Order: sequence, then structure tokens, then C-alpha cells
Amino acid sequence: MKVTLKQKSILPGFGLTLGFTILYLSLFVLIPLSATFLKASSLSWTQFWHTVSSPRAVASYRLSFGASFTAAAINLFFGVLVAWVVVRYRFAGRRLLDAMVDLPFALPTAVAGIALTTIYAKNGWVGHYLDQLGIRGAYSPLGVVIALTFIGLPFVVRTIQPVLEDLDHEVEEAAASLGANRWQTFSRVIVPAIIPATLTGFALAFARAVGEYGSVVFISGNMPMHTEITPLLIITKLEQYDYAGATAIAVVMLVVSFTLLLAINLLQKWSTQRVRSGRSAGAETPEPVSSALIPQES
Amino acid sequence: MAGTTTPNGRRTRGMGSTARATSESWIVRCVLIGITFLFLGLFLFMPLAVVFATALQKGVSAYVASFTEHDAIAAIRLTLLTAGIAVPLNLVFGVAAAWAIAKFEFVGKSLLITFIDLPFSVSPVVSGLIYVLMFGLQGLLGPWLAKHHIKVIFAVPGIVLATIFVTFPFVARELIPLFQAQGSEEEEAALTLGASGWQTFFRITLPNVKWGLLYGVILCNARAMGEFGAVSVVSGHIRGLTNTMPLHVEILYNEYEFVAAFAVASLLALLALLTLVLKSVVEWRSKRQAQENEMDWSAAIA
Repeated sequence: MKVTLKQKSILPGFGLTLGFTILYLSLFVLIPLSATFLKASSLSWTQFWHTVSSPRAVASYRLSFGASFTAAAINLFFGVLVAWVVVRYRFAGRRLLDAMVDLPFALPTAVAGIALTTIYAKNGWVGHYLDQLGIRGAYSPLGVVIALTFIGLPFVVRTIQPVLEDLDHEVEEAAASLGANRWQTFSRVIVPAIIPATLTGFALAFARAVGEYGSVVFISGNMPMHTEITPLLIITKLEQYDYAGATAIAVVMLVVSFTLLLAINLLQKWSTQRVRSGRSAGAETPEPVSSALIPQES
Repeated sequence: MAGTTTPNGRRTRGMGSTARATSESWIVRCVLIGITFLFLGLFLFMPLAVVFATALQKGVSAYVASFTEHDAIAAIRLTLLTAGIAVPLNLVFGVAAAWAIAKFEFVGKSLLITFIDLPFSVSPVVSGLIYVLMFGLQGLLGPWLAKHHIKVIFAVPGIVLATIFVTFPFVARELIPLFQAQGSEEEEAALTLGASGWQTFFRITLPNVKWGLLYGVILCNARAMGEFGAVSVVSGHIRGLTNTMPLHVEILYNEYEFVAAFAVASLLALLALLTLVLKSVVEWRSKRQAQENEMDWSAAIA
């Protein structure tokens, strides 16, 4: 890659830092990632297609995408609620709630997995009541949704929160003085303003959930065709020394991740443009370089 | 509260006035706050509570015995070692990448940022798999490594590699916006006054971003110690040798040793809580630093 300086700068260290960045990035990320595609290209097309379209693989996509979508939708609703309550209201314990929202980021997913399984198993704190209602919490698709809701929550809350904080109070006052009641102000003034951020949060939570492994393997029960998520299928194939099969499914997941990454980038661009055009002219904000905040923990 | 910038925040509670037209009635507020407590209680507080409740089920001595046992100590040691290698490496990378990206303009910058973010969007299982395909026996470099008796997969180097991958962007993405927001005027001034590049970096740049940097390191460390999926693929689960703490938790749990599993898990949960506390402190400090800077500026202008 030819690197040309667009602007002259008196600051030193450009060559050193950029060189190191590219070297480190290539060694740890780009080369291993391309090795996967190289390995996949050694498969024949029919072999590849046979693996990725097998009934077991398709069942795993359905569960992974379906549960991720459901969980992200739950988080969409509760994420807006939590962000709203934490930003707008003052009450005892607010700071604690605010800090705790990040717990799914910080808690290792294996810990979350065994904790949620214990709670939602038949004799667990909540599973016990669900069982009386005839609902299976753990070891069912519902369990997968519960785990994915847990890990996705902070993504939605943390993308909406700053937008709500920045929302100009005068706009709401204007709506109210023009005769809008509180609900009208909320649905016609506030909701349109937070829609881009909300969708970004939804996409981030969804992207994270699709790849999630640690919290789900414990609670799902891992029955092929029924509660087996796609990342688990990769592990199963690896354990059977089916490297080609594992690679094929991994390529599908990588393509999905990259597509989601692209979608999230576009959403974020839209979101920042919205915020900027909403602000008074002259207010300079540094452009967020973030393109995707999707720590795929496991 | 929105619209006010007073540091203490305006307390609307107990003001005795009727609901303003730009706020909700107190009934609506109470209901919304109630639902929030219920939801977060169910999804966040309960998992945390169940970890400690199960760990202490059979008393404190059983709890302590669980992580003073031989395999547990080995797992704790390996986790510390892994984080001890991965976090400093990613710290150096993050600082270098942020310097190059935020302080200079060059072609291909946004592509570079996207590449740095890539590990966040890759499933942890796939993150482990790519190293298996690279260094495993069936992998690209596998035969060569086997000939030289170097073991990467199912050994400690593989665990470190997978951990570096999944924690790759943390420091960089925390620092880039900070560097950008700060601009380069102070550094340029220092250089013009005769400071060397390193002096400028250590005396000007670093102190300005220390809280953000610390925050990135905390997040990076939490993830490095807690990583499960990627490490699980490359570790081989050899007891006492290649088991990190999360993998040790899994093994104990699958052997129905619930007290022991949750005891080790409780250590990781404590680490998570510590991370959250540090994060709150850092956020508070950086907010204060930003305010002080603003005050300095307004004083300078006046």
C-alpha cells in the first residue's frame, strides 16, 4: 500500500507508528483471517455448498438468527426504557443502575452462562415458577433468547443514552407550547430523534448475539436440530476433526459478520449526521471514528 | 435534567410544583422506574446474586477450598499470564495506532480503522478457529511447526494469540477519538519549543489521555481474563496446563461440581465488579479533567 501524506505535519513518528500498526494488524488479524478464506478455497464448490446447506446447519442458522433477532427486539424496547429512565429521572439507585448496565460487557460469558442456567433451570429461582406454568426456561430456544438478551442489553442502552442526553430541551418545550401533550411530544419529537441510534443499537446487539458462544452453550442444552447454535456447530465439527466443514461454516459466519459491520457503519453515519443537522450551526463536534462497537465476547 | 449542564444535576424531585409540560406525571415516572428496576433486577442483579449464593452454598471453607486446589491455582496462573502478555502488547499497539490515525492525515485511513475493528465483529469461536487453521496440525504452518517441535495450538502460545485477537481493538478505539478531540496544538507547541518527539509524547500527549487510556486497559484486561469461546477452541482443555479460569469453570460445571465452579466463577464476577467500579471512577475523573480544561480555556480567553 502506498501511503501518501495528505497534510504536512511537524509531529514525528508517523512512519514508525503506522508501520508498527500495519505490521501488528497483519500478523495477528489480517493474515490469520485470510488463511481461513484460503483454506475454504481449497474446498470444492459442491463440497462447500453441501456443508453449509445441510439440514443441521440450516437449523442452526434459524436458531442463531431467530433468537438473536428476538433478543435484540426485546433489548430495543427495554434499552430505550432503561436509557430514558437513567437519563431523565433522578431517583435513589440511579447511578448504581447506570453502572450496572455494563455488567454484560465485564462479566465473562461463561460465568453469565452458568448463572443464567442455574436461574432458569427447573429448580432454579425463576425456572421453578416457569415450570409451574409449563414453560421450559433453560435447555430450550427460550433459554438461548434469555442469554442473548443478557449480553445484548448494554449495546442498545449505551448507543441511545448519549443521544438522549444531547437532545435539545427547547424542542420539547416548543412542542409543548404548541399544544402537544406529553405522549405526542414523545412519539413525534423524541422518537424520530433517537431512531437512528436505536437502530444502530439493535444492529450491534444482533451482530454480537449471532456470534455469541460462551453464555449460550450452558443454557441451550445443545441438541442438534433443536437448540444448537451455529458457533457450537463449528466447535462440534472441529471436535470431529472435520476441519473443512468447520471452515465452511466459519466462512458463512464471517461473511454475515462483515455484512453486519457494513450495515452498522452506514447506520452510524446516518446517526451522526442526524445529530449534527439537529444541532445549531457552528457547533463543532469531533467526528466519531467508531465504526462498530461490537465486542464479541465469549 | 436534559438541557442543563450543571455538574450536580438539577433535582426535580420534591420541588412541589406540578408536572411541567416537558416532563411526565409522577405516576408514569414511578411505573417506568419500577419496570426498569424489575427488568434490570431480573437480568443483571439476579445472575450476579446466584453466582455468590451458589458459591457459598456449602459454607466459606468449601468456597475457599475450591480455588486453593491445584488445578484452580494453575488456571488462575495461566489466566494472569495470558492477560499479562496480551494486554501490554495491545496497549503498545493501541497507542501507536491512535497516534498514526489521529495525528496524521493519510490515504486509506478509514479502511485501516475498519480493519482494527474487525476482531470485534468476528464470532469468538471463529477467532479461535482462524489460529487453528493457521498453526494447527492441519493448518498452513502446521507441518513446519511440527518439524521444529513448536506447539502453538493446544498450548499456551495459542491461548495468548487468541486472547490478543479478541482484545485487539480495545485500547486503540478508546484512544483514537480522544487524540482526535484534543488536536495537535499542544504537541506542536512543545516541539517548536525544542522538545523531542518522545518528550512531547510522554509529557504532553500521555498525561492528557491518561484516564481514557486506563479505561481502555481495564476493558481490555477484563475481556482478556474472561474470554471463553476463542480460548476454548485453541486450548485443548488439558487440566492444569492449558485451562484458563473460564475453561476451568466449564469443566467443573460439567462435572456437577457446582460449588467449585461457582467459586471460581465468583472470582471472575468480582473482577467484573471491580472493572465496573474502576470504569465509573475513570469516567468521573475524565469528566472532571474535561471540565478543568474547559475552565482553563475560558480563563485564558478572558
